Amino acid sequence: MDVPIAYYLVLSAILFSIGVAAFLIKRNIITVFMSIELMLNAVNLTFVAFAHEWHRVSGQIFVFFVMVVAAAEAAVGLAIIIAIFRARNTLNVDQVDLMKL
Amino acid sequence: MHLVLFFIFGGLCVVGALNLLLQSHPINSALSLIVVMSSLAVLYLLLGAEFLAAAQVIVYSGAIMVLFTFVIMLLNAGREERTHGSRMAYIAGFPGAAVLLGLLSYIFLSNRGHLGNARLGSYLVTTGDLSRVLFRDLLLPFEVTSVLILIAILGAVALARKEH
Repeated sequence: MDVPIAYYLVLSAILFSIGVAAFLIKRNIITVFMSIELMLNAVNLTFVAFAHEWHRVSGQIFVFFVMVVAAAEAAVGLAIIIAIFRARNTLNVDQVDLMKL
Repeated sequence: MHLVLFFIFGGLCVVGALNLLLQSHPINSALSLIVVMSSLAVLYLLLGAEFLAAAQVIVYSGAIMVLFTFVIMLLNAGREERTHGSRMAYIAGFPGAAVLLGLLSYIFLSNRGHLGNARLGSYLVTTGDLSRVLFRDLLLPFEVTSVLILIAILGAVALARKEH
């Protein structure tokens, strides 16, 4: 039995929306960062689904580059989180508000 | 078969993502994110992306999530506390995400007719196909990303280093 590509796209929309909600609601800086990874994964699923739809390899190449950049971003982001924790001794995003007006 | 596998692993994805949202302890969120990423690898296999399925397991659920769990354990992150700012985020967050979901689902489902079906095994991108594009047509971007990774390693070491 075949699965419509639209189902895959709706699944990725669900994952992306949950990622957005988690990004806005979560207060722990590590969990906020994890919800960004969730959103990246949802977009990757869209790329792969469209690559399957149009039989193009370039969609999967995009996913490969997104993965590489996500790995680099995770390494730098977690180092920044460690630096923030050293300076502020907290992981709560509400207490890291120096740039807030 | 394809439909059953899609619903099993798609359901696992959604349940894991909701668990990430609802758990208050970061380590539980990290473990449920691993579930999401591993089931996404199975979905990639169903869509004929065999290299990406392997890379998803190795890079995402392997390397990145291990890094996350290490940082959670290193910083001894406990339950997140509810603060004043979280109430505002609740008011704006849930309806905003629901509107986004409704809009995207409406667009995708109303264009169902223009999109085709995914048949199991009808289209398979082997590692050879992928590497032919990656190492011949896109050699320069590939090398630039390796420089990016190198800079990221140096940046991570410089940021996380203890200052004297």
